[in-house]
Amino acid sequence: MTTTAPEQVEAPQKGFAGESIPRKEDRRLVQGQGVFFDDVKRHGMGYVHFVRSPYAHAGIVSIDVSAAEAVEGVYGTLIGEEVAALTDPFFEMSTPPGNEIRDYALAVGKVRFAGEPVAAVVAETRELARDAAELVEVEYEPLEPVVDAVAALEPGAPVLHEEAGTNVVWSGTFEWGDYDEALAEADRIVRIDRLYFHRFSSTPLECAGALVEYDRGTEQWTLHCNHQMPGIGIVWMAPALRVGTDKLRIVTQDIGGGFGNKITLHPYFVALCLLARKLHRPVQWTEWRTDQHTANTHGNERTFLDVEVPVRSDGTMLGFKVKAVDDAGAFPRYEPLGCIIWAQVTPGCYRWRHVRVDFTQACTNKSPTAPNRGYSRMQQLWFTERVIDVVASELGLDPVEVRKRNYIRADEMPYETPNGCVYDSGDYARCLDIALDLVGYDSLEERRRDAESRGKLLGLGIGSTLDSGTNNFGQSQLLNPELQFSGNNEVATVRLDIFGEIVVTLGTTPQGQSHETVASQVVADLLGVTPNDVHVRAGHDSYWNSHAGFSGTYASQFAVTGLEAVRGATLALADQIRRLAAIILGAGGPDDIVLEESMAKRRDMPEAALPFMACGAIINVNNAGLPPELDDVTLNCRYVYRPPFEVPDIERKFGNLTLTYATQIHACVVEVDPETGVYEIVDYAAVDDCGTRIHPQIVEGQVHGATAHALGAAMFETFPYDENGMLLASNFYDYHVPHALDMPPLKTGFIESPSPFSSLGTKGMGEGGGAGIHAVCAALQDALRPVGSPIVTESHNPYHRVWELIRDPAASRAGIEVSGA
Amino acid sequence: MEPVTSMRVTVTVNGESHEREVAARRLLVHFLRDDLDLTGTHVGCDTGNCGACTVLVNGAAVKSCMLLAVQAHGASIETVESLAPANGGLHPLQQAFSDRHALQCGYCTPGMLMSAKHLLDHNPEPTENEIRRAIQGNICRCTGYVNIVEAIAAAAKGEVSA
Repeated sequence: MTTTAPEQVEAPQKGFAGESIPRKEDRRLVQGQGVFFDDVKRHGMGYVHFVRSPYAHAGIVSIDVSAAEAVEGVYGTLIGEEVAALTDPFFEMSTPPGNEIRDYALAVGKVRFAGEPVAAVVAETRELARDAAELVEVEYEPLEPVVDAVAALEPGAPVLHEEAGTNVVWSGTFEWGDYDEALAEADRIVRIDRLYFHRFSSTPLECAGALVEYDRGTEQWTLHCNHQMPGIGIVWMAPALRVGTDKLRIVTQDIGGGFGNKITLHPYFVALCLLARKLHRPVQWTEWRTDQHTANTHGNERTFLDVEVPVRSDGTMLGFKVKAVDDAGAFPRYEPLGCIIWAQVTPGCYRWRHVRVDFTQACTNKSPTAPNRGYSRMQQLWFTERVIDVVASELGLDPVEVRKRNYIRADEMPYETPNGCVYDSGDYARCLDIALDLVGYDSLEERRRDAESRGKLLGLGIGSTLDSGTNNFGQSQLLNPELQFSGNNEVATVRLDIFGEIVVTLGTTPQGQSHETVASQVVADLLGVTPNDVHVRAGHDSYWNSHAGFSGTYASQFAVTGLEAVRGATLALADQIRRLAAIILGAGGPDDIVLEESMAKRRDMPEAALPFMACGAIINVNNAGLPPELDDVTLNCRYVYRPPFEVPDIERKFGNLTLTYATQIHACVVEVDPETGVYEIVDYAAVDDCGTRIHPQIVEGQVHGATAHALGAAMFETFPYDENGMLLASNFYDYHVPHALDMPPLKTGFIESPSPFSSLGTKGMGEGGGAGIHAVCAALQDALRPVGSPIVTESHNPYHRVWELIRDPAASRAGIEVSGA
Repeated sequence: MEPVTSMRVTVTVNGESHEREVAARRLLVHFLRDDLDLTGTHVGCDTGNCGACTVLVNGAAVKSCMLLAVQAHGASIETVESLAPANGGLHPLQQAFSDRHALQCGYCTPGMLMSAKHLLDHNPEPTENEIRRAIQGNICRCTGYVNIVEAIAAAAKGEVSA
């Protein structure tokens, strides 16, 4: 075990932490006074419109922008040739030959997906920019596209990136435990030839974009934008632009949802930087909805082939073997990290000890993939849940019992997985019991009969999910030992100012996660003030010096990384206040001072009190004659939190990849119309365990939202492509997301298993909703038992697919085989 | 004769009269956001699906990305900026949204509030189904609508914090 626990876990504090206080963010947002990037304007700014490829795969013969540039009101253009001359390709993380891929801000030489930007036009209005973009003449030479990752790996498949000479981005094997021994021990072996996790995206309501200014005197760009991972964003952008990271100032305030989809905006932002410098004016780009769907980022699509599961007759799972093929789309923009991030949850919630995984990621002529709520773990967890339900079905066992038999137990925590991850705490079986209670499990058979009497088929399904939070970026070295990333960090500053103001800055970039509120609760409790006394600056600004290399809001980590940084800075400030007050009040030492009611008081004589206002004034504007032992007291404290990680063992691909593991156990009850395949979710429960909750209402809100994403993905949301590589769901007509009438009533429950690895007992959360996809699949499979027991092999199950399962259950079972050992 | 490509438009927005020369193709939402600097009204989809741009035009809930500014000539428009009373408080719907955590990122909220206001203006005691029906043209990607529906019901019943 490479993770060490903090020396002492503090008991849950009595104070504001744990209370659902009013959100600080709300007052401005409900009045339309939030500042989203598209609200920022500058004098003389030009509007950017990207000219995009109509082909999925084509050579670029020529680009002629002269007609566009001749239009009055057009300020200028940018094409791929200029980009290739002025920038270097983005840093690639894979090993050879995957790292030979050349990815630029605009297409250079050829296009590799429909919607890829090939040129940009800037004009005085957004309408004119769009019109002028129509005048850009691009001559293409169409090439054969490949739109399926498995097909892309076949010999003779069209190759996207000639420099790499192959469509393989990354490939490798993972072997943990002794899989052959598990085969030998097994009573039965269940084989599944193919499971498929589909492509979709969280599609935040606010599209991507930025207003970019270039200061010619300082050669610095300022980006008012909605990037959700500025720390790493700058690491991609600065070398490409051939400048130091200090030349890129990233500013965010309110962000209209992110869900991971705003992590890989660097190609667009580099194009904007070049335009702002070239045209001597601020440039503004707001992505169109169609462009977000066709060309921003999609979640990873994954095909699981040749699955083999050795089990005992009683349903005890011994191990699994699988060949996973992941589809990265046209460019590996955050990839190949998805080729390792799944391993944070290798065995899901279960005691599988023997694992053999062959993992390959391929490029296809589709939109690039990038993190999407539950990134890469959701696919793996769906796989483990499907395996559990298929095995239960084929062995004639109860899926509830199989889960309880194989779940990692509360008394085994902290639990080391076969690949060295340490599940910190949790009680999956208890969460499952609560979820089952909430959906009336005891009366399930009665409800089945009732549904049957109405001509419907009722089914129950469970989705068990872990939300691994606080990445150890050292896992990247398991993909490529040359990479120089490891650990993680986040920053906060807390300051006591002249009039006693307590001002907090965060390195994070919240998109609805309520960081201002939650941070204020933690600060208030440590300083003896109220959250109203704590001013948390909205948004992120790299000028504030309150950011670090991994700053941002992603991968379920604020409740650990963000709050540990806030806590560290606040404790440092509290210590300085006590030292100052001890001297002013003539106390024996800092330990004789307590902080309460916005004052520093002598413990032995509470009437001797120094208001924080006085502390702030003394240090900031009235500091003559202070003794030298206060020389280091600034009342402006910065703290960088670094989780206690080691670099994983590269040979064994073994080590702790994330610090905390929140649990989500969902139970779903569906009623299916066997005549049509139309189904309805008639009961639904989500039980969450994210350790100690600082703000229960916010936690529950995340559970609701993540569940809605999962149900949307399970029932409605998919990004299908035709054989020519054309996306068939490029707006909210064709890409249906849940509306208010689509959502079933949600019941929620919780337990709290404090994490031993965070000072506050918290765990990152917010991405656990993938459980909904697993639960719907399981519920459908359960409901359809009376009509030939079809097996649900795909993650996306719209009504017509359910109808296909009913019509031809044998087809779905063709790839399932059970043998004795 | 040169085709006419712009028009003098007079509208009343949040009680204040505005007169502007407006390009004929300009969408009402861009007129509100860019010309009048009322940036509380948001754009989420460009196709009339998401409802982030919902405003009231002569009392009717309208997606302002689906209307040209020139079509609003002579109309009275209410945006999210009109909801809060001048005394610094909040409209009951705004307060209810905050009380019930009916917003996370806040991007859909202005449109959601205007649809909810339209509902309560016409149906002061809606059922849950009527609430869901009234906001089915407004997409929220954060909340799963659970708390939004509760907030609108609470506002209708006057169950909001002071």
